[in-house]
Amino acid sequence: MRVVGEVRALNGDEAVAYAVRQCNVDVISAYPITPQTIIVERLSEYVANGEIHTEYVNVESEHSALSTCIGAAAAGARAFTATSSQGLALMWELLYVASGLRLPIVMAVVNRALSAPINIHCDHSDSIGTRDSGWIQFYVENSQEAYDTVIQAFKIAEHPDVQLPVMINLDGFYLSHTLENVRVLPDDVVSGFVGFRKPVKVWVPYLGREVPAVLDGYTPISLGIIALSDYYYEFKMMVIKAMEKAREVIKEVNKEFSELSGRAYGDGFLTHYGVDDAEAVLIVMGSAAGTVRYVARELRRKGLRVGVIRLRTFRPFPYEELTKLLKDVKAVGVMDRATSPGAYGAPLFNEVRTALYDCECRPVIVNYVYGIGGRDLSPHTVKELYSDLLEIAKGKKPSSIVRYVGVRS
Amino acid sequence: MSTPVNLKELARESPKLLPGHRHCAGCTVPIVVKLVLAGVKEPTVVVTATGCLQVATTIFPYTSWYIPWIHNAFENAAATASGIEAAFKALKKRGVINDDNVNIIVFGGDGGTYDIGFQSLSGAIERGHNFLYILYDNEAYMNTGIQRSGGTPFGAWTTTSPTGNVIPGKPQHKKPIADIVVAHRAPYVATATPAHWLDLMMKVRKALSIRGPKFIHVLTPCPRGWRFDPSLSIEVCRLAVDTCYFPLWEFEKGVWRLTDRSLAIAKNPNLKKPIEEFLKIQERFRHALTKDTYIVKELQEYVDSVWSDLLRRVGTTS
Repeated sequence: MRVVGEVRALNGDEAVAYAVRQCNVDVISAYPITPQTIIVERLSEYVANGEIHTEYVNVESEHSALSTCIGAAAAGARAFTATSSQGLALMWELLYVASGLRLPIVMAVVNRALSAPINIHCDHSDSIGTRDSGWIQFYVENSQEAYDTVIQAFKIAEHPDVQLPVMINLDGFYLSHTLENVRVLPDDVVSGFVGFRKPVKVWVPYLGREVPAVLDGYTPISLGIIALSDYYYEFKMMVIKAMEKAREVIKEVNKEFSELSGRAYGDGFLTHYGVDDAEAVLIVMGSAAGTVRYVARELRRKGLRVGVIRLRTFRPFPYEELTKLLKDVKAVGVMDRATSPGAYGAPLFNEVRTALYDCECRPVIVNYVYGIGGRDLSPHTVKELYSDLLEIAKGKKPSSIVRYVGVRS
Repeated sequence: MSTPVNLKELARESPKLLPGHRHCAGCTVPIVVKLVLAGVKEPTVVVTATGCLQVATTIFPYTSWYIPWIHNAFENAAATASGIEAAFKALKKRGVINDDNVNIIVFGGDGGTYDIGFQSLSGAIERGHNFLYILYDNEAYMNTGIQRSGGTPFGAWTTTSPTGNVIPGKPQHKKPIADIVVAHRAPYVATATPAHWLDLMMKVRKALSIRGPKFIHVLTPCPRGWRFDPSLSIEVCRLAVDTCYFPLWEFEKGVWRLTDRSLAIAKNPNLKKPIEEFLKIQERFRHALTKDTYIVKELQEYVDSVWSDLLRRVGTTS
């Protein structure tokens, strides 16, 4: 059954908070940080007004925010937190604890550059840095997608085959503080879609029975044990396997959600425009995709064969989908909103290049690092990138494989 | 009201911390855990900070805990407890569970409490979560091999406060952690040792009958780190109390009370032993007793001032 829902004017942060309000969340624990603050303010209001049954724990740091969510999720609660930049960095060690304990926590990260110098504006260095922590990572393009993805995230995280934490990344200020029309579903529809958290059961040999894998106050299970060289590796493999299984679940949930709302995000992993007959394709994540698509449309109207792929998931990384899409493309430009000093190109570039290494087509792949610390990306700049790529597609040797765009020399 | 301790009843109970754990011989920590958990009724969840207790009891595929148990990280045991408490409240609100009260008992070492975990503890107490925090204080980072902590006493040898020719042992005194918790206006704060076991158990029972954040500072001498014979652990606890190095007291709703042996010493000051009695049984103070004797003098002065301050708080003067 398809539900249209009403239109509300919400910024990205408000869209996230509105979705969380509807998702039967038991515990929220968060610490304010620009530009995530609106999320925690709205959620505090929902709780203060008794709109939701949620317990809101006003902790004294992001470290405690995620620690509290871990405790809550371990006790069987559906838990949510939100942060940004330095806050995510402070949570670092606990990101691994959350995935290692297989706790389906959902977190919104409002992307912001990392200090020093201190900066409050958008880039993806914060979340990209956490790519190996065992969290599923979504990068959304607009407030509507932020809203939709939060709802999907609980379902993906809590799926019995997955049981991994999910991070929803939205660009600081570009999305967090920009008012957009967002079509929201009725409360009961969202509640019905996500249900309540049902903890998975595990077989406990010393009890001789299956028990819910949560601290219920009665069942003597131990969570957070020490595993050394003889067992640790197997625990890590379970996280790796769960992340692989998440691929199917992300696809399924995207489909189920589109049947409900009429909104799908490609296959769940990526959306694309003009790629089929393109000679030059830009790959991008987050809100900049809108600008890139706008320019691509303009150029295609002039008859230039350009396309754009917007990655929605970075973890799991959709390498198979990318390879299929890019099999006939001659030049690919990977747009990174993060840096990796000392590396040969930035992280997204490395992922894409690795994915395409075994592809027979072997397109030329270049890296455009852009938007660092909130540096604006104008349509004019995107046009330049496309003309650079089109020349490469025609056989010109790239002036350099890794280019830092829009920075003073 | 807390229920009285009934030994016959407790003897019939199966222990919550099972044998076979990897604590060192003479370690006082598992004794404290057993005493704390004896007679604790369901529903209960135990939280442990990273440290000796965590690694010695849960080496996969084994666990010594016959009670719901979690370890999250080193510095966040109190925040973890906050989350568990919030979860139970929310689950109760939506009718998943019926329990009005869940005992949440945290065990944190001195590193996880005085130092790296202090912020998380302070935040959790300020928010008023309903949990009992047991600080097991072995006065150094013993799990990593005897490094100084905020709980290490003045002059003590550790591997990061070595007895050098210029700096002999730790130059700073112990952080008054329990006083700091009292300053948070926590409803119940106490000190205890495993040697004064009935005192410890009664304090635990009382604490669990009070809602809000409770804190019990338990001295847990470490034979490896303090350098004494493993057979002397309980004797070391007794001497810590007899010398007033570690007085036994409780603070409940604004009222200070001395308990057990410390109450006896307050009534009869002749029972108070000189600090040397406590120091000479441990090799970590050997340098203080042989060449750097000013350490003994300074420790004695420190102990005396803390003790007379405590006597003032309870309304007695020595």
